[in-house]
Amino acid sequence: MRDLTPPRGVSIIVASFLAALVLTIWPLPHWAEMFRPAWVVLVTLYWCLWLPQRIGVITAFLAGLLLDTLTGTLLGEHALAMVLVAWCALWMHLQVRVYPWWQQAVVVLCIMLVYSFVLFWVDGILGYTLGAGLRWTPTVVTALVWPWVSLVLARVQQRYHVS
Amino acid sequence: MIYDRQSGQLKQMHAALSTIVWPVQAVVNAPHAMLLWAEDKLVTHTALVSENDTLKDNLRQTDAELQQYAALEQENMRLRALLQAAPHVQGRVSLAELLAADLDPFRHLVVIDQGGHDGVYEGQTVLDENGIVGQVTRVDPLTAEVTLVSDPSQAIQVEVNRTGLRTLAVGGAELEQLTLPYLTNAADVKEGDLLVSSGLGGHYPPGYPVAVVTHFERDPAEPFARVTARASADLSHGHTVLLYWPPAPLPEITISKKPTVAAPPPGKPVRRKKP
Repeated sequence: MRDLTPPRGVSIIVASFLAALVLTIWPLPHWAEMFRPAWVVLVTLYWCLWLPQRIGVITAFLAGLLLDTLTGTLLGEHALAMVLVAWCALWMHLQVRVYPWWQQAVVVLCIMLVYSFVLFWVDGILGYTLGAGLRWTPTVVTALVWPWVSLVLARVQQRYHVS
Repeated sequence: MIYDRQSGQLKQMHAALSTIVWPVQAVVNAPHAMLLWAEDKLVTHTALVSENDTLKDNLRQTDAELQQYAALEQENMRLRALLQAAPHVQGRVSLAELLAADLDPFRHLVVIDQGGHDGVYEGQTVLDENGIVGQVTRVDPLTAEVTLVSDPSQAIQVEVNRTGLRTLAVGGAELEQLTLPYLTNAADVKEGDLLVSSGLGGHYPPGYPVAVVTHFERDPAEPFARVTARASADLSHGHTVLLYWPPAPLPEITISKKPTVAAPPPGKPVRRKKP
């Protein structure tokens, strides 16, 4: 069993999170900002599904805090949403693993709806209610991007034997 | 945790986190910085000469305009003394670079490369060469976060430069667009009117351009006219901003009192004021 072997590839996991953070704040033209997938959510989901014994709610919480700091949102807003994402992923990782790619994308869409709703809700409390219609585009884009991201991360995981 | 943040208890933690993520910001900024550096280094001699010529021309023109400015300032001081009004005092400005990073797409925020170590403080006014950009809303050790005037959470006290009519300009969803929701249908406002900061409330310095009215529509069914304005400052493409340092420490403003006691000099004639 792999669980008994010492953890390998910590640096790969950290690097994947850092890459996701960089992509999250990478400057894009104003019109394209709405189509930016939630990279950190994608990376968290992947590691939660395939390495649930190592990546879980705590990692998601820390990633969410860094995301809050980077994007200038209320400290804890993304952290709360990410914790919910990680919890959903851990809860059904055994089922989602065996799904075909399009069914996985649907699951990602559902999880992203939860994520977007939490952000929308917190922003609503803070008074940032504008742009409500545009909040759902990243949700859809993230679900569409999921198969490719999971493919790439799976290659990376195989190549560097992350376990 | 969210409520903790609102009570300001987590500032230390945010400062620590921002130092952790600073390398990420630096990485994202690197290509942009390299591009700027390359632009500086890989410029031809002729381009430099022509740029130098234009700059010299500009400087001459500005100097010529400034000659009058000195006289006008003297005149203004005398008139203000006659009115027994407080004299205008100039603050000083210092340069800051924007970091190339996209933040939350539903807020109009930018990050500048100066922070608490450089003396930036919360609430500081940020300008560019065309007008007011916004104010500093969060100070971290190495960086600071600036909320633009067009952010939905922002409102700025403005005055129509042509008539002296005072009102509020508030931000919205669109970048660079401000709305003036509290102008009556009878208000004397035209498209193309310049809005300058009035300094009421003591938050922004008075007399800096804020926006230009782009649309004015009277609807008799509504009590207020529909007015939109475009921010004068280059909020979407600028690289460099100016941090404004007020001339003297601002007098302490007690929030509990009406904000009208803060800035307006007594005896200043109010030509038109909305009912």
